[in-house]
Amino acid sequence: MSSKTHFFLNNTEIRAGEHPGMTVLDYLRKIQRLMGTKEGCREGDCGACAVLVGELDGDRVIYKPVTSCLMPLGELHGKHLVTVEGLNMPHLSPVQQAIVNEGATQCGYCTPGIVVSLTSYLMDDKEITTEGLKNTLSGHLCRCTGYRSLKRGIDFLKLSVESRTGIRSLVANGMLPPYFLEMPDRLRIIPKLQMDKGISTPEFFIAGGTDLYVQKGDMLPESELCRLAMNQDMKGITPMDGYIRVGALTTFEAFASHAEIIRIIPNIKGYMSRIASLQIRNRATVGGNVVNASPVGDVTILLLALGATLVLKSGETSRTVPITSFFKGYKRLDKTPSEILSEIHLPIPAADTKINFEKVSKRNHLDVASVNGAMKVRCEGAIIREMALTMGGVAPIPLFLEATCRYFRGKEVCQETIEGAYPIVQREISPIGDIRGSAEYKRLLARQLLIAHFVKLFPDRIKAGSMIAGLK
Amino acid sequence: MKHIDAVSHVRGESQFVDDVPPPAEMLYAAVYGSPVMHGKILAIHTEHARAMEGIVAVLTAQDVPGENQIGPIIPDEELLAGNVVRYVGQPVAVVVGTNPDSARKGVGMITLDVEELPAITDPKEAFQKGWIIGAPRTFALGDVDAAWQGCDLVVAGSCEIGGQEHVYLETQRSRAIPLEGKFLKIYSSTQNPSGVQRHVAGVLGMPIHNVEVEVKRLGGGFGGKEDQATPWACMAALAAWHTGKPVELALRRAEDFRMTGKRHPYSSDFKIGVTREGKVLAYEVKHYQNSGATADLSTAVLERTLLHSANSYYIPNVRAFGVCCRTNLPSNTACRGFGAPQGMFVLECALAKAAEKLGMPREEIQRRNLLKENDRFPYGQQAMHCHALTTWDRATERYGLPAAISRVDAYNKSHFETKKGIALMPVCFGISFTTTFLNQASALVHVYTDGSVSISTGGVEMGQGLNTNIATIAARALGISPNRIKIESTNTTRTANMSASSASATTVLNGNAVLMAIGQILDRLKSVVTGAPGISGKEKVTIIDETVFYDGRKTEWTWERLIQTAYTNRIDLSAHGFFATPGIYFDKAQEKGIPFAYHVFGTAIIEVTLDCLLGTYNIDAVRIVHDLGRPLNKLIDRGQVEGGLVQGLGLMTIEDLQYNKKGQLLSRDLATYKAPDVYFSPDDIEVEFLEGGEEALGPFGNKAVGEPPLMYGIGVFFAIRHAMRAFRPGTEFAFTSPLTPERVLLQLYSDFQPPNQDKLEKTFKGGA
Ligand SMILES: Cc1cc2nc3c(=O)[nH]c(=O)nc-3n(C[C@H](O)[C@H](O)[C@H](O)COP(=O)(O)OP(=O)(O)OC[C@H]3O[C@@H](n4cnc5c(N)ncnc54)[C@H](O)[C@@H]3O)c2cc1C
Ligand code: FES
Ligand code: FES
Repeated sequence: MSSKTHFFLNNTEIRAGEHPGMTVLDYLRKIQRLMGTKEGCREGDCGACAVLVGELDGDRVIYKPVTSCLMPLGELHGKHLVTVEGLNMPHLSPVQQAIVNEGATQCGYCTPGIVVSLTSYLMDDKEITTEGLKNTLSGHLCRCTGYRSLKRGIDFLKLSVESRTGIRSLVANGMLPPYFLEMPDRLRIIPKLQMDKGISTPEFFIAGGTDLYVQKGDMLPESELCRLAMNQDMKGITPMDGYIRVGALTTFEAFASHAEIIRIIPNIKGYMSRIASLQIRNRATVGGNVVNASPVGDVTILLLALGATLVLKSGETSRTVPITSFFKGYKRLDKTPSEILSEIHLPIPAADTKINFEKVSKRNHLDVASVNGAMKVRCEGAIIREMALTMGGVAPIPLFLEATCRYFRGKEVCQETIEGAYPIVQREISPIGDIRGSAEYKRLLARQLLIAHFVKLFPDRIKAGSMIAGLK
Repeated sequence: MKHIDAVSHVRGESQFVDDVPPPAEMLYAAVYGSPVMHGKILAIHTEHARAMEGIVAVLTAQDVPGENQIGPIIPDEELLAGNVVRYVGQPVAVVVGTNPDSARKGVGMITLDVEELPAITDPKEAFQKGWIIGAPRTFALGDVDAAWQGCDLVVAGSCEIGGQEHVYLETQRSRAIPLEGKFLKIYSSTQNPSGVQRHVAGVLGMPIHNVEVEVKRLGGGFGGKEDQATPWACMAALAAWHTGKPVELALRRAEDFRMTGKRHPYSSDFKIGVTREGKVLAYEVKHYQNSGATADLSTAVLERTLLHSANSYYIPNVRAFGVCCRTNLPSNTACRGFGAPQGMFVLECALAKAAEKLGMPREEIQRRNLLKENDRFPYGQQAMHCHALTTWDRATERYGLPAAISRVDAYNKSHFETKKGIALMPVCFGISFTTTFLNQASALVHVYTDGSVSISTGGVEMGQGLNTNIATIAARALGISPNRIKIESTNTTRTANMSASSASATTVLNGNAVLMAIGQILDRLKSVVTGAPGISGKEKVTIIDETVFYDGRKTEWTWERLIQTAYTNRIDLSAHGFFATPGIYFDKAQEKGIPFAYHVFGTAIIEVTLDCLLGTYNIDAVRIVHDLGRPLNKLIDRGQVEGGLVQGLGLMTIEDLQYNKKGQLLSRDLATYKAPDVYFSPDDIEVEFLEGGEEALGPFGNKAVGEPPLMYGIGVFFAIRHAMRAFRPGTEFAFTSPLTPERVLLQLYSDFQPPNQDKLEKTFKGGA
């Protein structure tokens, strides 16, 4: 861990000797004293600390907005870190101009982060859409403006930038500082860092850090870390024979935009828009979601219904565990401390399998579910042949509803069948009341989500109206 | 003109307290808070913390050299708890370290021996036990008791209103810097620099002038930094005083959540009497305010609740009772709206219940009872320039209400699992501090020899656009470009005895003070040119676009020449202006008076769609007609309306404060407390300004706009309720806010019987 973190900060080359577990936010504010990046929560929920991280991809650098409060400094090795200061030019950029013109900044505390995120959207060579820009703002809290002026800013941006998106075009039009053009060459010369192998028993394995920094933020800057992200072969999605291999380090964003995943979960992008925020999804990993073992982890609930298999590695040995038997109790796993989750295998579902994911949370976006759930079902005619039903937030572990699934198999998809499952579901779950909802509410949600799955997947057979008409 | 700070904001160059480079040897403080709700302190164990590396000092109540007291109205609030702790998180010790992390670790090593005492979190229970703050108050108009008989329908009910976290994006923070001698300079993120100054001086036992407070800007305030920025500034000052070093104290988000007060939750009971036609004859309300552990501003907040208990309506017979109830929760405090939302919400509940019983659309009963010119408010003041009906009718016409209602009805007929709801919300908000003496402000204006201008006022810029407004006002009054005007930081050495920046009155008060100062300078400048060729009297001299005009004719005198000449003629180019709102008073013995300089009116129409399967909802559209007087800067004003509205929408829906039985806040950070985000906030918000002809008190006829729009958000509660009743016709749903998806769903399926429901720790909501 003694080697320095070698990266670019805006237009400057840096070799940082600080502890690699220091957050990028603290590094920026305390060490570099770049004060444009603000601290609003230190837990990924406000976006005031947003920065861009640029990573070499062939001959381009791809920039993504992330929350610097949850990112370890060590992860910047070989990358380009961009803060608001690095976007400033003598004149205002289109994003800055849009915010100024539309009055979309009041106290200004949230503003630099918003400038950074919106800019990253333009750096991608694609058409500007309102939905895309809203998605980019999903990780940003602004208490002053009520977002309406920011949305007017979006309209302003569309008009002022038009189709001149993409780094080259932005630079050519004076919308981005020219040094961005040199970044691919400058990044290329940074030597790769070895995986943190030397440590046999690190205090922490860290993937995206989006759970770990929230839970152990104060310890990480002084602990021995094993940064899994250095391990290239734990990333990426590959179709295999009968299954898809998903590297445990695959981020939520990468997962949801991969063609193979979209093929088996056609609506994955829609589901993903309800999970965390863009800034978090750019960091949060699929493997981290599973190992973190939150009873209400969204991706885990999906993988559980999909019947994933987990590959655990310790040194040279590896073994596989079906995800359905991985969770042993509240945050207790079938995993030794030295084992890492290296990959996840998703069986390719038989044709005509239907998959649905539901989530209810107090706030629709960027909120942890009160109850979530996934259903994978395959019918022959109207008869259910395969059924996998999972629910989160209703038990100490992400729950596979074994008995309910058994009940459904062989039955016809109809209202009576679903109604017959209500008591079985209630017997299988054991929610407790907490900040996400009372036990009673979660039980009620369990029933409602079950209905919602069928309504979504069998719109011709099951109507929400008639399902709920009899319920009081 | 754009927001004066907009360019530095978007470039990330605007500095907040801890963005300023730290002075050498700065120390950092962190605060140890009580782990229990109520208890007698037997011992505070600080030895382990003191022994840690990087810890410089640990300070407790006995280290306070002056008065250990920071209550702003009633002296019942210790800076550091001495003998008794009254809520979880109450500051007990300040740990000072060489960096923030050491200080926090030090905090983790402190333990407290306490003898726990019985605790109360419910305001009505507190009231019954006599745990009240100040005296209960009753506002009355007409004769309620006699009026019930004449009513065709009398209904009663209860409301529970949750609190609200301010969620200023910048948490509380302060820096205290010892100066030579016994002087201190404080940088604070406060809405109330003079309050900080007074209390720091009191805590340290020094005269007020020993303390200089400097405020550049706030990353949001919303009332949360009106009084509750003070403790952190005092603790930083105490630490600086003891160590002789600069000290910074910045709360982390979770600390801020746990240790600071919020909007007051209320438990309220109402009774309303109406005629068959929906005319309200009598209204009685009892408000039990959950004040938290100390008085803070609670009595003033309650006063505004009572003052706004009839909102935009004329009700001939009213009795509004209110009492501040002391509970073992962090002391609740000012929050945009300052008690008014609670008062208005209860009346809207009463109207809704009456309308539902009468089988009359809610908006019909609302409109029938709107205030008309010269109608009396329960506190005796008459409605002048009353726009209750004007904004209502304009809104319904502009946004096609009848068509919208039929559209909603048609939708509800043809849809079963989703329903739409629509609701109107009229707002009438009084402008002025209800504590009359606070309605004063002063300003200091300097003109430099190059014609550039510097302005200091007692107002604090917290995003609301005060500095932009002041610059606009000054530029207009002086007849020069706003580019020549610099608005200085707010500093107690330039402006003394400021009132807090709150009550939506900051621009009104400080803007008028600036006008007073500018008036003096202009008068002197006009004397300078009088006597010059062609200029014979001051009266006909004006300055337009940086040029002196005489009797409407352009002269040779430019602004720069004028200033140069004035300077060489030894004319004073500085002035101090003072403004006190005329004509307002309030007699607390009678609970009558003219507490407000004027009222702001407006009406909102809110439309929602409810998913009756899942209990979730979407706010589809909000349409507003808002009374603005003569706008100073529409971009700023629009921002205030939209921002306030969305905060109000959050208050009524997803912003859900929950404490457990031990008085610990469960919604303790931004992961568990959800404020509106870009998706929650409706895309479709339209605001039309009703531009008034009458002279408001504000500079150039401008009306205050900071708080009133928040209360439009109340309408969303009734829009969702409308949709719920479309799904379950005739059901009487509870008047409990916030109306979270959980409350919606549980009420839509109230027959749902959870089997073998675990008897687990029940949480209670909103401190109520
Ligand atoms: C603001 C915010 C919003 C969020 N919203 C959601 C949401 O909507 N839905 C949701 O499900 N989650 C949400 N999360 C939680 C979090 O983002 C996810 O759980 C994420 O998947 C965690 O992945 P990570 O890579 O960041 O894990 P890390 O924080 O790096 O690690 C989490 C834990 O898993 C261990 N670990 C990680 N990877 C491995 C591995 N490959 N092998 C062995 N151990 C490993 C770590 O040691 C650690 O104990 C949110 C988090 C934040 C901060
Ligand atoms: S500080 Fe709030 S997201 Fe990082
Ligand atoms: S401008 Fe204040 S939080 Fe966004």
